[in-house]
Amino acid sequence: MHGQPRKPLNPDDDAASIAKAAKLRNLQSQLLHNHHNKIYTKEALEISWKLLELNPEIYTGWNYRKLAVEHNLQAKTDPESIKSIVDEELKLVETALSRNYKSYGAWHHRKWILNKGFSSFDHEFRLLNKFQKADSRNFHAWNYRRFVTAMKNIPEKEELQYTTDMINSNFSNYSAWHNRSVILSNLLKRKAEGFTSKENVLAEEYDLVHQAVFVDPDDQSGWFYHLWLLEQTVTPDAPMLVSSWPIHDSDMIVSFKSNLDETLLSTSTRYCSESGTFPLILYFNQPVEGVSSSTVTVNFMFCKEDLLWRPLSTTNSKKSHAWVTHLKFPDKEDNSSKVYPVEVRLGHSQGIISSSGSHYNFPSRFAFKVTLQCVELEAAEGGSGMKMLDWGDGSFQICEDLPLDLSPILSLDQLKISRNHEPTALHFLIETITTEIALFRELLLEIKCCKIGKLTLARLLIAHDAIMTYNTPVEYKKVNTEEVLELFTDLMKLDPTHSSYYKDEHSLVLMEKVISNRKSMSKHCFFYGGSSSSNLCNSVCLRLNKLSLSKIGSFEHLLWVQMLDLSHNELHSIEGLEAMQLLSSLNLGYNRFSSFTALEPLRSLQTLKVLDISYNEIGVHSIDTTRYLCSSPLSHTVEDNCDFDEYARDDVKIADTWEAVMFFKGLQLRQLNMTGNAISDDNFRILLLKLLPKLKWLDGKGVH
Amino acid sequence: MKETSRPSKKPNTLFFSVSATVEGGFHFLVLKEISLKSEEEESMAEDFSFPSIDPINFDLAVVGTGLPESIIAASSSSIGKTVLHLDPNSFYGGHFSSFSLHEFTSFLQSQQQQPNEEEVKDSNSSLDTNYTEIELKSQCLYSDIEITSNASSEDLEPSRKFCLDLSGPRVLFCADSVVNLMLKSGANHHVEFKSIDASFIYSEDGNLFTVPDSRSAIFKDRSLGLLEKNQLMRFFKLVQAHFGLNESTLDQEKKRISDEDLESPFIEFLTKQMLPAKIKAIILYAIAMIDYDQESPEQCKNLVKTKDGVEKLALYHSSVGRFTNALGALLYPIYGQGELPQAFCRTAAVKGALYVLRMPVRSLLFDKESRHYKGLKLASGQAVFSDQLVMGPSFIVPSPPVLSPHTDLQQEISQGSILRDINGQVARAVCITRGSIKSNISNMLVVFPPRSLLPEQVTAVRVLQLGSNLSVCPTNLFLLYVSALCDDATQGKKSLHAAINALLKCSMSKNRETSSLFPNESEVVTPTLLWSAMYIQQLTKVLEDPISSCPMPDGNLGYTNILESTEKLFQKIYPGEEFMPEAKAPENVDEQES
Repeated sequence: MHGQPRKPLNPDDDAASIAKAAKLRNLQSQLLHNHHNKIYTKEALEISWKLLELNPEIYTGWNYRKLAVEHNLQAKTDPESIKSIVDEELKLVETALSRNYKSYGAWHHRKWILNKGFSSFDHEFRLLNKFQKADSRNFHAWNYRRFVTAMKNIPEKEELQYTTDMINSNFSNYSAWHNRSVILSNLLKRKAEGFTSKENVLAEEYDLVHQAVFVDPDDQSGWFYHLWLLEQTVTPDAPMLVSSWPIHDSDMIVSFKSNLDETLLSTSTRYCSESGTFPLILYFNQPVEGVSSSTVTVNFMFCKEDLLWRPLSTTNSKKSHAWVTHLKFPDKEDNSSKVYPVEVRLGHSQGIISSSGSHYNFPSRFAFKVTLQCVELEAAEGGSGMKMLDWGDGSFQICEDLPLDLSPILSLDQLKISRNHEPTALHFLIETITTEIALFRELLLEIKCCKIGKLTLARLLIAHDAIMTYNTPVEYKKVNTEEVLELFTDLMKLDPTHSSYYKDEHSLVLMEKVISNRKSMSKHCFFYGGSSSSNLCNSVCLRLNKLSLSKIGSFEHLLWVQMLDLSHNELHSIEGLEAMQLLSSLNLGYNRFSSFTALEPLRSLQTLKVLDISYNEIGVHSIDTTRYLCSSPLSHTVEDNCDFDEYARDDVKIADTWEAVMFFKGLQLRQLNMTGNAISDDNFRILLLKLLPKLKWLDGKGVH
Repeated sequence: MKETSRPSKKPNTLFFSVSATVEGGFHFLVLKEISLKSEEEESMAEDFSFPSIDPINFDLAVVGTGLPESIIAASSSSIGKTVLHLDPNSFYGGHFSSFSLHEFTSFLQSQQQQPNEEEVKDSNSSLDTNYTEIELKSQCLYSDIEITSNASSEDLEPSRKFCLDLSGPRVLFCADSVVNLMLKSGANHHVEFKSIDASFIYSEDGNLFTVPDSRSAIFKDRSLGLLEKNQLMRFFKLVQAHFGLNESTLDQEKKRISDEDLESPFIEFLTKQMLPAKIKAIILYAIAMIDYDQESPEQCKNLVKTKDGVEKLALYHSSVGRFTNALGALLYPIYGQGELPQAFCRTAAVKGALYVLRMPVRSLLFDKESRHYKGLKLASGQAVFSDQLVMGPSFIVPSPPVLSPHTDLQQEISQGSILRDINGQVARAVCITRGSIKSNISNMLVVFPPRSLLPEQVTAVRVLQLGSNLSVCPTNLFLLYVSALCDDATQGKKSLHAAINALLKCSMSKNRETSSLFPNESEVVTPTLLWSAMYIQQLTKVLEDPISSCPMPDGNLGYTNILESTEKLFQKIYPGEEFMPEAKAPENVDEQES
């Protein structure tokens, strides 16, 4: 069935196919005529039969027959004639399927007929056995099997045994493995008899799939199942809070400015507020929904009314890793330097739900103190006091003594969260992952260039480190990082076709390595200090430039960052960056962004003032492929009321610039650098000035 | 369809031919007839008289109806030769026959007696003085026959329900040349097969393990470690790639095993692939079916080369799954392997060969002038003539008495017999047991690798268990065929005894285990030995022979080597002719044997 090359047609077939085409055309026009005129006579049905028998792919034909069945059934009431109508359809489907057993239309028609409930399902297993014997991987047949077993209430355990038998006879069967995963998920969810212990079931499944991947590591079907198993093993059921801003036990200094244009840059414990509010961010280990004033309690003396929580996500979905709300201060606060405690509690009532449907059920709290400070800066003299932010190396000084409060990782003890896993479950988890790691290390000793083995080992090592990080009381040092990086480097060489995926994974691990530990992070933290700026304005900049990152992650460690340099990397996406709500200056220069779509997360950063996207590839590709790769193409979030015509000009076509309009419209940029992009020309600059009225510097030059 | 019996007054002589126009569906009930008459026949042997054969000139005369002779007869008649096929016995198959229990015993015993009953015939009583007449003798292949019965005779009734092979254990590989030949010749229409359900390898600790012989078998196996599974499968793939059996045809050349490796000993190649000892034993003895211990080359009589080893592996692999309704790699004919020579005889008869059973050949006739073979003098006294002669392995032309100036011929003949190389012996045993070695499995193969039973056991012992669903024994009984190559009878029999004892012992412990696992199957019958016959067969290989002599049953599990020699023989007598041309209008040659 598989791996059979197509044979070229010979001239005799040619003549035959011309004749067949003529016949098909003739039948088809007759069918359409009958369809349009609603003719459902015996003769008319005969024509559709002939047509579908010849070519089961004609959907109109199937739909016509459905109408005909509906029409003819209305006229009949006696069981005999109903049965004959239904049987006729079943017979036609069988005939059509024997011509093309992968015809979607035919399989669907059969389901449709059977769903009418006039026919018994007894015959269906015979049909299924016939098709599954002819091709044991035919996913149409497997789909249909699920339908029939559900209709007939076949016990899932029986079907599980069926997949075991199919896998035993030939384990290279994606459909069988897949069906197994579907059935097992159901059984585990229901906690059916014999399936109450997830650990025992998974252990047996690991044993089975090991046989497949070890016997034939080149066969991918087993690996897919292994990936599913690993996911079942490591994905925690319940969501968990992993990070927040501000962090627990911190002393925040919130500075107000009055009518000052210059942004006061801040350190991790110092926040400058323009609007009289400051953000509170919660970051969970998986996307959740249901964060609201009823599920999260915030005790803050100025907080009188219900807080409004917003998911930080570029999609329209209501689920997100990160949620934000804004705490408001009284308009006039004279009591400078007074300390206000803030306490955040969650998990006391249900409502925060993960995508798998599990509730956040670990009562947890964190608290911090806020000191309000009204900053009196020397009065700005017009605009001259403002300085353009300079990303050059000269502007930065290494932080030799990194403030101790720069410890953004929440420890679970601080959060007073009970352990995520039951002790036995945790034990199983660690043991399983450790055993798997040992096994695949052994396999790789045997077969040095087993790509999928390396990838699996890398995934296991990452999972191991992640589990240990969240489940050991003392700070856990990620021991596997170097090995994982090496594995991904190897894979990039071994498997060039998928190198960009490996590169992305490599980047994520590398990034985590750099920022997840205080010591290594301090090497990337710099003080930004223009020569004239006062100490007060000194700000910490996280510089992750020149690391050849192609993707970024670990946002839970980055919530505090206000100034970020990601220049001179290989980034093509910044998915997840929307969680960094404090970001005010961002350098994405010298990367591989090819469109504004890829920069969409920036649209939710309301405080972003300085953006450098120079020397990227925006405008190089006439077709924006990011749109197909991104989980949230920009076009999905277009507001209805956006008036593009406002920005139209004779010489600028909206079709070419609508993305730019969409992207920049909501931003409050003061400084933008777009040089070195294909799109950047004089017309575009004019458009930008129109879009960004607050812009003071464009492409390194003052505006006006 | 017409069966033309020659006018004959002798009712006991089976004698017939079939006109060439006969089509398929022709039933050939000769063997039944014999078995019905066998007792009567013995008493009548005295006043036995022979039919006369007409015509008397043939292209080819074949003496003996063993498998090679029958294939030669079928193939020769397929290319249009006139063939006279004779057998002194009253049954087909010679040493490839299957017998009922009584027949088996009496045949074996008759074989032992034979050397004494030398009839002195007057070779000079030749009527025709144009020919030199040289007496034809038969040699006995079997010795050290030992028959023991532990059961009352009712246990072994009815005798007729048994079909005991003379040269077991022997099976067909689904993809071997004999199966191909049967499909090609149409002989497959006369035989039905069943597959051997499982094969096992015996480990020194006394356990039987399923042989992981295919991808799915390795997957299901519970005795190998994960890495061992990986190593074994990788080796299988290496061999498959070498023979281009894999789907991907890219870089075929690169994937071939190097010539240097092909010429090296197989055991060295396996070691080079870093295979552990356990897996090496599985590959060598349970899949490639090698006899001699390869691990100790100094003692090994036949160190197998990689080239031959991988070929055997490839044969095994292409056998698995060739027929959708065959489970494993091995097939066995229903009613015993004696069905195979009969099938080819039927094929030959359909093509016009003339068959005469119970017709001993007294002597060979040679032209006095040219000293060429001319014909046969039959026991009936009649002389028949043929251009070519092919004889079964049990017939020999003894050193002729010194006479006359025809020294050349005599030299030639005597040289011929000198060039028969005695190539060791094979110890064979047939056992009848009650109860199977493994519950729920009736037809199975068990391999005991060299030195797994006894330290001095230098060759592998193979055991084939067959059950009543193959119509070779009554219900609830099983046949065990055991064989091992040996240098002498004592050594051979010792191995066989050890193997049989080990099987009866380990099946007992195994069955107890399974019964504890499956409490429902508490009524597991542990096998008991009811009857056994053990004997030693000479292995003689014909190296160079002026009179074409067919190969005898060898010590192998399959027929491949026998067929290879048979084809060579055919090419020798009919150079340039196609060996077994495809049967015309093969009726439904689907590859579906059940």
